[in-house]
Amino acid sequence: MTAYLKLDHIDKVFTRGAATTEVLKDINLTIEKGEYVSIIGHSGCGKSTLLNIIAGLTGATTGGVLLENREVNSPGPDRAVVFQNHSLLPWLTVYENVKLGVDKVFAKTKSRAERDAWVMHNLNLVQMAHARDKRPSEISGGMKQRVGIARALAMEPKVLLLDEPFGALDALTRAHLQDSVMALHQKLGNTILMITHDVDEAVLLSDRIVMMTNGPSARIGEVLEVPLARPRKRLDLATSATYLKCRQRVLEFLYERHRFVEAA
Amino acid sequence: MSMTATKIEVETAKPAAATVAPVVALTPKRPPRTEAYARMARETAVRVIPPLVVIALLTLVWELVCRRAGSALPPPSRVFTDTKELILDPFFDHGGIDKGLFWHLSASLQRVAFGYSLSAIAGIGLGVLVGQSVWAMRGLDPLFQVLRTIPPLAWLPLSLAAFRDGQPSAIFVIFITSIWPIIINTAVGIRNIPQDYRNVAAVVQLNPLEFFAKIMIPAAAPYIFTGLRIGIGLSWLAIVAAEMLIGGVGIGFFIWDAWNSSHISEIVLALFYVGIVGFVLDRLIAGLGKIVTRGTAQN
Repeated sequence: MTAYLKLDHIDKVFTRGAATTEVLKDINLTIEKGEYVSIIGHSGCGKSTLLNIIAGLTGATTGGVLLENREVNSPGPDRAVVFQNHSLLPWLTVYENVKLGVDKVFAKTKSRAERDAWVMHNLNLVQMAHARDKRPSEISGGMKQRVGIARALAMEPKVLLLDEPFGALDALTRAHLQDSVMALHQKLGNTILMITHDVDEAVLLSDRIVMMTNGPSARIGEVLEVPLARPRKRLDLATSATYLKCRQRVLEFLYERHRFVEAA
Repeated sequence: MSMTATKIEVETAKPAAATVAPVVALTPKRPPRTEAYARMARETAVRVIPPLVVIALLTLVWELVCRRAGSALPPPSRVFTDTKELILDPFFDHGGIDKGLFWHLSASLQRVAFGYSLSAIAGIGLGVLVGQSVWAMRGLDPLFQVLRTIPPLAWLPLSLAAFRDGQPSAIFVIFITSIWPIIINTAVGIRNIPQDYRNVAAVVQLNPLEFFAKIMIPAAAPYIFTGLRIGIGLSWLAIVAAEMLIGGVGIGFFIWDAWNSSHISEIVLALFYVGIVGFVLDRLIAGLGKIVTRGTAQN
Protein backbone atom coordinates (compact mmCIF):
# COMPACT_ATOMS: atom_id res chain seq x y z
CA MET A 1 0.00 0.00 0.00
CA THR A 2 1.61 3.21 -1.17
CA ALA A 3 0.80 6.27 0.90
CA TYR A 4 -0.04 9.12 -1.44
CA LEU A 5 -1.55 11.41 1.15
CA LYS A 6 -0.58 10.73 4.73
CA LEU A 7 -1.99 12.31 7.88
CA ASP A 8 0.60 11.72 10.54
CA HIS A 9 -0.40 11.98 14.21
CA ILE A 10 -2.39 15.17 13.82
CA ASP A 11 -3.51 16.94 16.99
CA LYS A 12 -5.33 20.23 16.97
CA VAL A 13 -5.80 22.39 20.03
CA PHE A 14 -7.60 25.70 19.92
CA THR A 15 -6.47 28.20 22.51
CA ARG A 16 -8.51 31.19 23.51
CA GLY A 17 -6.94 33.04 26.41
CA ALA A 18 -6.39 30.53 29.17
CA ALA A 19 -9.00 28.07 27.86
CA THR A 20 -7.82 25.33 25.54
CA THR A 21 -10.01 22.93 23.58
CA GLU A 22 -8.58 19.82 22.05
CA VAL A 23 -10.50 19.33 18.83
CA LEU A 24 -8.62 16.53 17.10
CA LYS A 25 -6.52 13.87 18.73
CA ASP A 26 -4.00 11.60 17.07
CA ILE A 27 -5.44 11.43 13.57
CA ASN A 28 -3.60 8.90 11.40
CA LEU A 29 -4.72 8.11 7.89
CA THR A 30 -3.10 7.08 4.62
CA ILE A 31 -4.81 7.51 1.29
CA GLU A 32 -3.77 5.85 -1.94
CA LYS A 33 -3.61 7.50 -5.30
CA GLY A 34 -6.99 7.47 -7.03
CA GLU A 35 -8.87 6.57 -3.87
CA TYR A 36 -12.16 8.19 -2.89
CA VAL A 37 -12.29 8.58 0.89
CA SER A 38 -15.11 10.11 2.91
CA ILE A 39 -14.87 11.46 6.42
CA ILE A 40 -18.17 11.26 8.28
CA GLY A 41 -19.12 12.38 11.75
CA HIS A 42 -21.61 14.43 13.71
CA SER A 43 -21.50 18.17 13.39
CA GLY A 44 -18.89 19.77 15.61
CA CYS A 45 -16.62 16.73 15.59
CA GLY A 46 -13.87 18.64 13.86
CA LYS A 47 -14.10 17.11 10.39
CA SER A 48 -14.07 20.52 8.74
CA THR A 49 -11.08 21.49 10.86
CA LEU A 50 -9.34 18.36 9.62
CA LEU A 51 -10.05 19.31 6.01
CA ASN A 52 -8.74 22.82 6.64
CA ILE A 53 -5.55 21.33 8.07
CA ILE A 54 -5.07 19.17 4.98
CA ALA A 55 -5.80 22.18 2.75
CA GLY A 56 -3.24 24.17 4.73
CA LEU A 57 -5.76 26.85 5.71
CA THR A 58 -5.31 25.97 9.39
CA GLY A 59 -2.14 24.69 10.99
CA ALA A 60 -2.01 21.45 12.98
CA THR A 61 -0.83 21.82 16.57
CA THR A 62 1.34 18.71 16.31
CA GLY A 63 1.78 16.18 13.55
CA GLY A 64 1.62 16.95 9.88
CA VAL A 65 0.34 16.20 6.40
CA LEU A 66 2.53 14.44 3.85
CA LEU A 67 1.68 14.53 0.16
CA GLU A 68 3.91 12.25 -1.93
CA ASN A 69 6.25 12.07 1.08
CA ARG A 70 6.64 15.84 1.30
CA GLU A 71 5.26 17.84 4.14
CA VAL A 72 2.65 20.40 3.14
CA ASN A 73 1.64 23.10 5.62
CA SER A 74 0.43 26.03 3.53
CA PRO A 75 -2.46 26.20 1.08
CA GLY A 76 -1.80 25.44 -2.56
CA PRO A 77 -3.44 24.37 -5.80
CA ASP A 78 -2.16 20.79 -5.38
CA ARG A 79 -4.91 20.41 -2.75
CA ALA A 80 -7.77 22.32 -4.35
CA VAL A 81 -10.88 22.70 -2.23
CA VAL A 82 -14.53 22.66 -3.28
CA PHE A 83 -16.13 24.76 -0.55
CA GLN A 84 -19.51 24.01 0.96
CA ASN A 85 -21.06 27.32 -0.11
CA HIS A 86 -19.38 27.33 -3.54
CA SER A 87 -17.39 30.52 -2.72
CA LEU A 88 -17.47 31.82 -6.27
CA LEU A 89 -16.44 35.44 -6.58
CA PRO A 90 -19.69 37.26 -7.40
CA TRP A 91 -18.06 40.00 -9.49
CA LEU A 92 -16.48 37.53 -11.90
CA THR A 93 -18.25 35.49 -14.58
CA VAL A 94 -18.29 31.70 -14.46
CA TYR A 95 -15.42 31.64 -16.97
CA GLU A 96 -13.35 34.20 -15.04
CA ASN A 97 -13.87 32.34 -11.78
CA VAL A 98 -12.32 29.19 -13.22
CA LYS A 99 -9.67 31.19 -15.08
CA LEU A 100 -8.46 32.83 -11.85
CA GLY A 101 -6.91 29.56 -10.70
CA VAL A 102 -5.83 28.41 -14.15
CA ASP A 103 -3.93 31.63 -14.84
CA LYS A 104 -2.02 31.23 -11.60
CA VAL A 105 -1.24 27.52 -11.80
CA PHE A 106 -0.33 27.36 -15.50
CA ALA A 107 1.19 30.84 -15.83
CA LYS A 108 4.45 29.43 -17.14
CA THR A 109 3.51 26.07 -18.59
CA LYS A 110 0.56 26.98 -20.81
CA SER A 111 0.08 29.71 -23.42
CA ARG A 112 -2.86 32.10 -23.24
CA ALA A 113 -4.79 30.11 -25.85
CA GLU A 114 -4.05 26.83 -24.08
CA ARG A 115 -5.26 28.23 -20.78
CA ASP A 116 -8.47 29.41 -22.42
CA ALA A 117 -9.00 25.96 -23.93
CA TRP A 118 -8.27 24.36 -20.54
CA VAL A 119 -10.86 26.52 -18.76
CA MET A 120 -13.46 25.60 -21.37
CA HIS A 121 -12.47 21.93 -21.16
CA ASN A 122 -13.12 21.93 -17.43
CA LEU A 123 -16.39 23.80 -17.77
CA ASN A 124 -17.40 21.18 -20.32
CA LEU A 125 -16.55 18.41 -17.85
CA VAL A 126 -19.17 19.74 -15.45
CA GLN A 127 -21.58 20.69 -18.27
CA MET A 128 -21.38 24.38 -17.52
CA ALA A 129 -19.80 25.69 -20.73
CA HIS A 130 -23.14 27.20 -21.74
CA ALA A 131 -23.06 29.60 -18.79
CA ARG A 132 -19.50 30.84 -19.29
CA ASP A 133 -20.49 34.52 -19.37
CA LYS A 134 -23.05 34.40 -16.57
CA ARG A 135 -22.34 35.76 -13.11
CA PRO A 136 -22.82 33.49 -10.06
CA SER A 137 -25.96 35.38 -9.03
CA GLU A 138 -27.57 34.41 -12.34
CA ILE A 139 -27.21 30.63 -11.98
CA SER A 140 -28.77 28.09 -9.61
CA GLY A 141 -27.17 26.63 -6.49
CA GLY A 142 -26.36 23.32 -8.17
CA MET A 143 -24.79 25.12 -11.11
CA LYS A 144 -22.66 27.24 -8.78
CA GLN A 145 -21.35 24.09 -7.13
CA ARG A 146 -20.55 22.62 -10.57
CA VAL A 147 -18.50 25.69 -11.34
CA GLY A 148 -16.82 25.34 -7.95
CA ILE A 149 -15.88 21.77 -8.89
CA ALA A 150 -14.62 22.92 -12.31
CA ARG A 151 -12.49 25.59 -10.64
CA ALA A 152 -10.90 23.00 -8.36
CA LEU A 153 -10.43 20.40 -11.13
CA ALA A 154 -8.88 22.98 -13.45
CA MET A 155 -5.98 23.43 -11.02
CA GLU A 156 -5.08 19.77 -11.61
CA PRO A 157 -4.87 19.03 -7.89
CA LYS A 158 -3.08 15.97 -6.57
CA VAL A 159 -5.85 15.63 -4.03
CA LEU A 160 -9.31 17.10 -4.47
CA LEU A 161 -10.81 18.17 -1.16
CA LEU A 162 -14.60 18.36 -0.97
CA ASP A 163 -16.02 20.14 2.08
CA GLU A 164 -19.64 18.98 2.34
CA PRO A 165 -20.00 19.91 -1.32
CA PHE A 166 -23.65 18.92 -1.62
CA GLY A 167 -24.82 20.07 1.81
CA ALA A 168 -26.59 23.22 0.65
CA LEU A 169 -28.44 21.61 -2.26
CA ASP A 170 -31.91 20.12 -2.54
CA ALA A 171 -32.20 16.32 -2.70
CA LEU A 172 -32.72 16.00 -6.46
CA THR A 173 -29.91 18.36 -7.40
CA ARG A 174 -27.70 16.65 -4.86
CA ALA A 175 -28.27 13.21 -6.40
CA HIS A 176 -27.58 14.61 -9.84
CA LEU A 177 -24.34 16.21 -8.73
CA GLN A 178 -23.23 13.08 -6.85
CA ASP A 179 -23.58 11.14 -10.10
CA SER A 180 -21.53 13.80 -11.87
CA VAL A 181 -18.75 13.62 -9.30
CA MET A 182 -18.79 9.81 -9.50
CA ALA A 183 -18.48 9.98 -13.30
CA LEU A 184 -15.63 12.49 -13.06
CA HIS A 185 -13.79 10.31 -10.56
CA GLN A 186 -14.24 7.36 -12.89
CA LYS A 187 -12.98 9.32 -15.88
CA LEU A 188 -10.10 11.30 -14.38
CA GLY A 189 -9.01 8.99 -11.55
CA ASN A 190 -8.52 11.82 -9.04
CA THR A 191 -7.69 11.22 -5.44
CA ILE A 192 -10.64 12.63 -3.53
CA LEU A 193 -11.21 13.33 0.13
CA MET A 194 -14.76 14.32 1.01
CA ILE A 195 -16.28 15.62 4.23
CA THR A 196 -19.92 14.66 4.64
CA HIS A 197 -22.62 14.01 7.20
CA ASP A 198 -24.82 12.04 4.80
CA VAL A 199 -24.55 8.28 5.24
CA ASP A 200 -25.99 7.36 1.83
CA GLU A 201 -23.72 9.80 0.10
CA ALA A 202 -20.67 8.38 1.85
CA VAL A 203 -21.51 4.78 0.95
CA LEU A 204 -22.47 5.58 -2.61
CA LEU A 205 -19.32 7.53 -3.48
CA SER A 206 -16.49 6.20 -1.34
CA ASP A 207 -13.94 3.44 -1.45
CA ARG A 208 -13.41 3.90 2.24
CA ILE A 209 -15.40 5.69 4.92
CA VAL A 210 -13.58 7.21 7.86
CA MET A 211 -15.89 7.56 10.86
CA MET A 212 -15.01 10.11 13.49
CA THR A 213 -15.97 10.01 17.15
CA ASN A 214 -17.63 13.00 18.79
CA GLY A 215 -15.53 15.91 19.91
CA PRO A 216 -13.85 17.28 21.88
CA SER A 217 -10.72 15.25 21.22
CA ALA A 218 -12.28 13.55 18.20
CA ARG A 219 -10.45 10.52 16.91
CA ILE A 220 -10.89 8.19 13.99
CA GLY A 221 -13.30 5.63 15.42
CA GLU A 222 -13.47 3.18 12.57
CA VAL A 223 -12.57 2.87 8.90
CA LEU A 224 -14.95 0.96 6.67
CA GLU A 225 -14.05 -0.43 3.26
CA VAL A 226 -16.89 -0.23 0.74
CA PRO A 227 -16.41 -3.30 -1.48
CA LEU A 228 -18.82 -2.23 -4.20
CA ALA A 229 -17.69 -2.51 -7.82
CA ARG A 230 -17.49 0.63 -9.94
CA PRO A 231 -19.17 2.06 -11.87
CA ARG A 232 -21.94 2.15 -9.30
CA LYS A 233 -25.54 2.79 -10.16
CA ARG A 234 -27.76 4.48 -7.64
CA LEU A 235 -30.83 2.39 -8.46
CA ASP A 236 -29.05 -0.97 -8.44
CA LEU A 237 -27.46 -0.22 -5.09
CA ALA A 238 -30.80 0.33 -3.38
CA THR A 239 -31.28 -3.41 -3.32
CA SER A 240 -27.64 -4.49 -3.06
CA ALA A 241 -26.92 -6.45 0.12
CA THR A 242 -23.37 -5.11 0.40
CA TYR A 243 -24.62 -1.53 0.12
CA LEU A 244 -27.20 -2.08 2.82
CA LYS A 245 -24.65 -3.76 5.08
CA CYS A 246 -22.20 -0.87 4.70
CA ARG A 247 -24.94 1.62 5.35
CA GLN A 248 -25.98 -0.34 8.43
CA ARG A 249 -22.42 -0.30 9.80
CA VAL A 250 -22.09 3.47 9.45
CA LEU A 251 -25.51 4.07 10.96
CA GLU A 252 -24.68 1.84 13.91
CA PHE A 253 -21.46 3.73 14.50
CA LEU A 254 -23.11 7.14 14.32
CA TYR A 255 -26.34 6.45 16.16
CA GLU A 256 -25.51 3.72 18.67
CA ARG A 257 -21.90 3.77 19.65
CA HIS A 258 -21.22 7.46 19.15
CA ARG A 259 -24.56 9.10 19.51
CA PHE A 260 -24.54 12.86 19.11
CA VAL A 261 -24.71 14.44 22.53
CA GLU A 262 -25.74 18.07 22.66
CA ALA A 263 -22.70 20.00 23.79
CA ALA A 264 -23.04 20.88 27.45
CA MET B 1 -44.96 -1.02 -3.24
CA SER B 2 -45.26 -2.98 -6.47
CA MET B 3 -48.89 -1.86 -6.77
CA THR B 4 -47.99 1.79 -7.00
CA ALA B 5 -45.23 1.01 -9.43
CA THR B 6 -47.62 -0.59 -11.91
CA LYS B 7 -50.06 2.25 -11.52
CA ILE B 8 -47.38 4.73 -12.57
CA GLU B 9 -46.58 2.62 -15.61
CA VAL B 10 -50.18 2.61 -16.75
CA GLU B 11 -50.45 6.33 -16.41
CA THR B 12 -47.28 7.10 -18.27
CA ALA B 13 -48.25 4.75 -21.06
CA LYS B 14 -51.17 6.94 -22.09
CA PRO B 15 -49.45 10.08 -23.35
CA ALA B 16 -46.89 8.01 -25.22
CA ALA B 17 -49.65 6.35 -27.21
CA ALA B 18 -51.32 9.62 -28.14
CA THR B 19 -50.57 11.04 -31.58
CA VAL B 20 -48.30 14.00 -31.75
CA ALA B 21 -50.29 17.20 -31.90
CA PRO B 22 -49.52 19.52 -34.82
CA VAL B 23 -47.34 22.44 -33.87
CA VAL B 24 -49.07 25.75 -34.35
CA ALA B 25 -46.74 28.70 -34.70
CA LEU B 26 -47.91 31.57 -32.54
CA THR B 27 -46.57 35.04 -33.18
CA PRO B 28 -46.39 36.84 -29.85
CA LYS B 29 -48.62 39.87 -29.92
CA ARG B 30 -46.40 42.90 -29.62
CA PRO B 31 -48.02 45.96 -28.07
CA PRO B 32 -48.20 48.81 -30.59
CA ARG B 33 -45.56 51.55 -30.45
CA THR B 34 -47.94 54.28 -29.38
CA GLU B 35 -49.04 52.20 -26.42
CA ALA B 36 -45.44 51.81 -25.26
CA TYR B 37 -44.87 55.55 -25.57
CA ALA B 38 -48.04 56.29 -23.66
CA ARG B 39 -46.91 54.03 -20.84
CA MET B 40 -43.50 55.70 -20.76
CA ALA B 41 -45.12 59.13 -20.63
CA ARG B 42 -47.36 57.98 -17.79
CA GLU B 43 -44.41 56.67 -15.79
CA THR B 44 -42.48 59.91 -16.30
CA ALA B 45 -45.51 61.98 -15.33
CA VAL B 46 -45.90 60.03 -12.09
CA ARG B 47 -42.35 60.97 -11.12
CA VAL B 48 -42.23 64.52 -12.43
CA ILE B 49 -45.63 65.97 -11.62
CA PRO B 50 -45.66 65.69 -7.79
CA PRO B 51 -42.36 67.60 -7.26
CA LEU B 52 -43.46 70.20 -9.81
CA VAL B 53 -46.70 70.75 -7.94
CA VAL B 54 -44.86 71.11 -4.63
CA ILE B 55 -42.36 73.56 -6.14
CA ALA B 56 -45.14 75.62 -7.67
CA LEU B 57 -46.99 75.77 -4.33
CA LEU B 58 -43.87 76.76 -2.39
CA THR B 59 -43.02 79.45 -4.93
CA LEU B 60 -46.54 80.79 -4.62
CA VAL B 61 -46.32 80.95 -0.82
CA TRP B 62 -42.91 82.62 -1.08
CA GLU B 63 -44.29 85.17 -3.56
CA LEU B 64 -47.24 85.98 -1.29
CA VAL B 65 -45.14 86.27 1.85
CA CYS B 66 -42.39 88.44 0.35
CA ARG B 67 -44.47 90.66 -1.93
CA ARG B 68 -45.45 93.09 0.78
CA ALA B 69 -43.60 96.37 0.79
CA GLY B 70 -40.77 96.41 3.33
CA SER B 71 -40.15 92.68 3.16
CA ALA B 72 -36.51 91.76 3.93
CA LEU B 73 -36.25 89.09 1.24
CA PRO B 74 -37.20 89.44 -2.44
CA PRO B 75 -40.11 87.43 -3.87
CA PRO B 76 -39.35 85.00 -6.71
CA SER B 77 -40.57 87.44 -9.35
CA ARG B 78 -38.03 90.05 -8.17
CA VAL B 79 -35.28 87.43 -7.99
CA PHE B 80 -35.93 86.63 -11.62
CA THR B 81 -35.96 90.20 -12.89
CA ASP B 82 -32.86 91.09 -10.81
CA THR B 83 -30.80 88.13 -11.97
CA LYS B 84 -32.04 87.83 -15.53
CA GLU B 85 -28.66 88.87 -16.92
CA LEU B 86 -26.78 86.35 -14.79
CA ILE B 87 -29.14 83.57 -15.79
CA LEU B 88 -29.10 84.34 -19.49
CA ASP B 89 -25.38 84.92 -19.83
CA PRO B 90 -23.37 82.71 -17.47
CA PHE B 91 -20.22 82.98 -19.63
CA PHE B 92 -19.32 86.70 -19.48
CA ASP B 93 -15.89 87.65 -18.19
CA HIS B 94 -15.13 91.28 -17.32
CA GLY B 95 -11.83 90.46 -15.63
CA GLY B 96 -11.09 90.08 -11.90
CA ILE B 97 -13.94 88.45 -10.04
CA ASP B 98 -16.59 90.03 -12.28
CA LYS B 99 -17.38 86.84 -14.15
CA GLY B 100 -20.44 84.80 -15.13
CA LEU B 101 -21.75 82.10 -12.80
CA PHE B 102 -20.34 79.39 -15.03
CA TRP B 103 -16.79 80.54 -14.25
CA HIS B 104 -17.48 80.74 -10.52
CA LEU B 105 -18.94 77.26 -10.46
CA SER B 106 -16.18 75.78 -12.57
CA ALA B 107 -13.52 77.33 -10.28
CA SER B 108 -15.22 75.74 -7.27
CA LEU B 109 -15.58 72.42 -9.06
CA GLN B 110 -11.90 72.42 -9.97
CA ARG B 111 -10.93 72.86 -6.33
CA VAL B 112 -13.30 70.06 -5.34
CA ALA B 113 -11.96 67.82 -8.11
CA PHE B 114 -8.40 68.31 -6.86
CA GLY B 115 -9.06 67.92 -3.16
CA TYR B 116 -11.53 65.08 -3.59
CA SER B 117 -9.28 63.06 -5.92
CA LEU B 118 -6.45 63.34 -3.39
CA SER B 119 -8.71 62.28 -0.54
CA ALA B 120 -10.13 59.36 -2.56
CA ILE B 121 -6.65 58.00 -3.25
CA ALA B 122 -5.31 58.59 0.26
CA GLY B 123 -8.58 57.54 1.89
CA ILE B 124 -8.81 54.19 0.09
CA GLY B 125 -5.11 53.55 0.78
CA LEU B 126 -5.41 54.29 4.49
CA GLY B 127 -8.72 52.43 4.69
CA VAL B 128 -7.11 49.29 3.24
CA LEU B 129 -4.25 49.58 5.74
CA VAL B 130 -6.58 50.02 8.70
CA GLY B 131 -8.93 47.29 7.49
CA GLN B 132 -6.19 44.80 6.85
CA SER B 133 -3.85 45.30 9.80
CA VAL B 134 -5.05 45.02 13.37
CA TRP B 135 -2.10 47.06 14.61
CA ALA B 136 -2.69 49.87 12.13
CA MET B 137 -6.30 49.94 13.26
CA ARG B 138 -5.39 50.07 16.94
CA GLY B 139 -2.89 52.84 16.27
CA LEU B 140 -4.83 54.97 13.82
CA ASP B 141 -8.51 54.46 14.49
CA PRO B 142 -8.71 56.56 17.72
CA LEU B 143 -6.91 59.36 15.90
CA PHE B 144 -9.36 59.20 13.00
CA GLN B 145 -12.34 59.17 15.32
CA VAL B 146 -11.19 62.41 16.95
CA LEU B 147 -10.00 64.20 13.81
CA ARG B 148 -13.16 63.50 11.84
CA THR B 149 -15.30 65.50 14.27
CA ILE B 150 -13.36 68.74 13.58
CA PRO B 151 -15.53 71.04 11.44
CA PRO B 152 -14.09 71.77 7.98
CA LEU B 153 -13.66 75.50 8.51
CA ALA B 154 -11.66 74.98 11.70
CA TRP B 155 -8.88 73.60 9.50
CA LEU B 156 -8.78 76.71 7.31
CA PRO B 157 -6.71 79.07 9.50
CA LEU B 158 -4.18 76.32 10.13
CA SER B 159 -3.86 75.50 6.44
CA LEU B 160 -3.59 79.19 5.54
CA ALA B 161 -0.76 79.43 8.01
CA ALA B 162 0.92 76.40 6.50
CA PHE B 163 0.42 77.10 2.77
CA ARG B 164 0.33 80.96 2.90
CA ASP B 165 -2.04 80.93 -0.08
CA GLY B 166 -5.80 80.60 -0.58
CA GLN B 167 -5.86 78.03 -3.38
CA PRO B 168 -3.93 75.16 -1.72
CA SER B 169 -5.66 75.92 1.59
CA ALA B 170 -9.10 75.47 0.05
CA ILE B 171 -7.98 72.23 -1.58
CA PHE B 172 -6.61 71.04 1.74
CA VAL B 173 -9.90 71.79 3.49
CA ILE B 174 -11.74 69.71 0.85
CA PHE B 175 -9.24 66.92 1.33
CA ILE B 176 -9.39 66.82 5.10
CA THR B 177 -13.19 67.06 5.13
CA SER B 178 -13.94 64.27 2.71
CA ILE B 179 -11.23 61.78 3.66
CA TRP B 180 -12.75 60.42 6.92
CA PRO B 181 -15.86 58.70 5.58
CA ILE B 182 -13.76 57.23 2.77
CA ILE B 183 -11.20 55.79 5.21
CA ILE B 184 -13.78 54.45 7.63
CA ASN B 185 -16.05 52.87 5.03
CA THR B 186 -13.14 51.32 3.14
CA ALA B 187 -11.80 49.84 6.37
CA VAL B 188 -15.19 48.33 7.22
CA GLY B 189 -15.46 46.91 3.69
CA ILE B 190 -12.03 45.30 3.92
CA ARG B 191 -12.77 43.86 7.36
CA ASN B 192 -16.02 42.37 6.06
CA ILE B 193 -14.46 40.43 3.19
CA PRO B 194 -15.82 36.89 3.74
CA GLN B 195 -13.29 34.32 4.93
CA ASP B 196 -14.35 32.19 1.93
CA TYR B 197 -12.86 34.68 -0.50
CA ARG B 198 -9.63 34.75 1.50
CA ASN B 199 -9.55 30.93 1.45
CA VAL B 200 -10.05 30.90 -2.31
CA ALA B 201 -7.17 33.36 -2.71
CA ALA B 202 -5.00 31.20 -0.44
CA VAL B 203 -5.70 27.99 -2.35
CA VAL B 204 -5.04 29.69 -5.69
CA GLN B 205 -1.94 31.28 -4.12
CA LEU B 206 -2.56 34.86 -5.18
CA ASN B 207 0.29 37.16 -4.17
CA PRO B 208 -0.54 40.23 -2.04
CA LEU B 209 -0.74 42.54 -5.07
CA GLU B 210 -3.10 40.19 -6.94
CA PHE B 211 -5.14 39.72 -3.77
CA PHE B 212 -5.50 43.50 -3.48
CA ALA B 213 -6.60 43.99 -7.09
CA LYS B 214 -8.65 40.84 -7.66
CA ILE B 215 -10.30 40.19 -4.29
CA MET B 216 -9.98 43.11 -1.90
CA ILE B 217 -11.03 46.05 -4.08
CA PRO B 218 -13.98 44.33 -5.81
CA ALA B 219 -15.21 42.79 -2.55
CA ALA B 220 -15.06 46.09 -0.67
CA ALA B 221 -16.30 48.20 -3.60
CA PRO B 222 -19.87 48.71 -2.30
CA TYR B 223 -18.52 50.03 1.00
CA ILE B 224 -15.88 52.15 -0.69
CA PHE B 225 -18.51 53.80 -2.86
CA THR B 226 -20.67 54.57 0.15
CA GLY B 227 -17.68 56.41 1.60
CA LEU B 228 -16.95 58.17 -1.68
CA ARG B 229 -20.55 59.34 -1.93
CA ILE B 230 -20.60 60.79 1.59
CA GLY B 231 -17.20 62.34 0.82
CA ILE B 232 -18.31 64.18 -2.30
CA GLY B 233 -21.28 65.66 -0.42
CA LEU B 234 -19.03 66.90 2.38
CA SER B 235 -16.54 68.38 -0.11
CA TRP B 236 -19.24 70.44 -1.75
CA LEU B 237 -20.48 71.61 1.66
CA ALA B 238 -16.98 72.62 2.67
CA ILE B 239 -15.91 74.40 -0.53
CA VAL B 240 -18.69 76.99 -0.41
CA ALA B 241 -17.83 77.88 3.18
CA ALA B 242 -14.08 77.90 2.55
CA GLU B 243 -14.39 80.13 -0.51
CA MET B 244 -16.35 82.72 1.45
CA LEU B 245 -13.24 83.19 3.55
CA ILE B 246 -10.42 82.87 1.02
CA GLY B 247 -12.01 85.06 -1.69
CA GLY B 248 -11.19 84.98 -5.41
CA VAL B 249 -13.26 83.35 -8.11
CA GLY B 250 -15.65 80.69 -6.81
CA ILE B 251 -19.32 80.26 -6.04
CA GLY B 252 -18.70 80.67 -2.28
CA PHE B 253 -17.09 84.06 -2.68
CA PHE B 254 -19.75 85.06 -5.22
CA ILE B 255 -22.35 84.58 -2.48
CA TRP B 256 -20.30 86.53 0.06
CA ASP B 257 -19.69 89.31 -2.47
CA ALA B 258 -23.41 89.51 -3.27
CA TRP B 259 -24.18 89.84 0.45
CA ASN B 260 -21.65 92.65 0.83
CA SER B 261 -23.25 94.53 -2.04
CA SER B 262 -26.77 93.68 -0.80
CA HIS B 263 -27.71 91.78 -3.99
CA ILE B 264 -30.02 89.38 -2.17
CA SER B 265 -31.52 88.07 -5.43
CA GLU B 266 -28.08 86.97 -6.61
CA ILE B 267 -27.63 84.99 -3.40
CA VAL B 268 -30.89 83.17 -4.04
CA LEU B 269 -29.83 82.32 -7.57
CA ALA B 270 -26.38 81.13 -6.40
CA LEU B 271 -27.96 78.89 -3.73
CA PHE B 272 -30.14 77.37 -6.42
CA TYR B 273 -27.06 76.54 -8.50
CA VAL B 274 -25.13 75.20 -5.50
CA GLY B 275 -27.99 72.83 -4.75
CA ILE B 276 -28.25 71.58 -8.32
CA VAL B 277 -24.49 71.00 -8.65
CA GLY B 278 -24.34 69.17 -5.31
CA PHE B 279 -27.20 66.93 -6.40
CA VAL B 280 -25.52 66.16 -9.73
CA LEU B 281 -22.19 65.34 -8.02
CA ASP B 282 -23.93 62.93 -5.64
CA ARG B 283 -25.75 61.22 -8.52
CA LEU B 284 -22.53 61.00 -10.50
CA ILE B 285 -20.70 59.07 -7.77
CA ALA B 286 -23.77 56.92 -7.08
CA GLY B 287 -24.06 56.07 -10.79
CA LEU B 288 -20.36 55.26 -11.03
CA GLY B 289 -20.69 53.03 -7.98
CA LYS B 290 -23.63 51.21 -9.52
CA ILE B 291 -21.63 50.44 -12.66
CA VAL B 292 -18.50 49.34 -10.80
CA THR B 293 -20.23 47.17 -8.19
CA ARG B 294 -22.59 45.51 -10.66
CA GLY B 295 -21.72 41.97 -9.57
CA THR B 296 -20.89 42.54 -5.93
CA ALA B 297 -23.91 44.39 -4.70
CA GLN B 298 -26.20 41.41 -5.24
CA ASN B 299 -25.58 38.00 -3.77
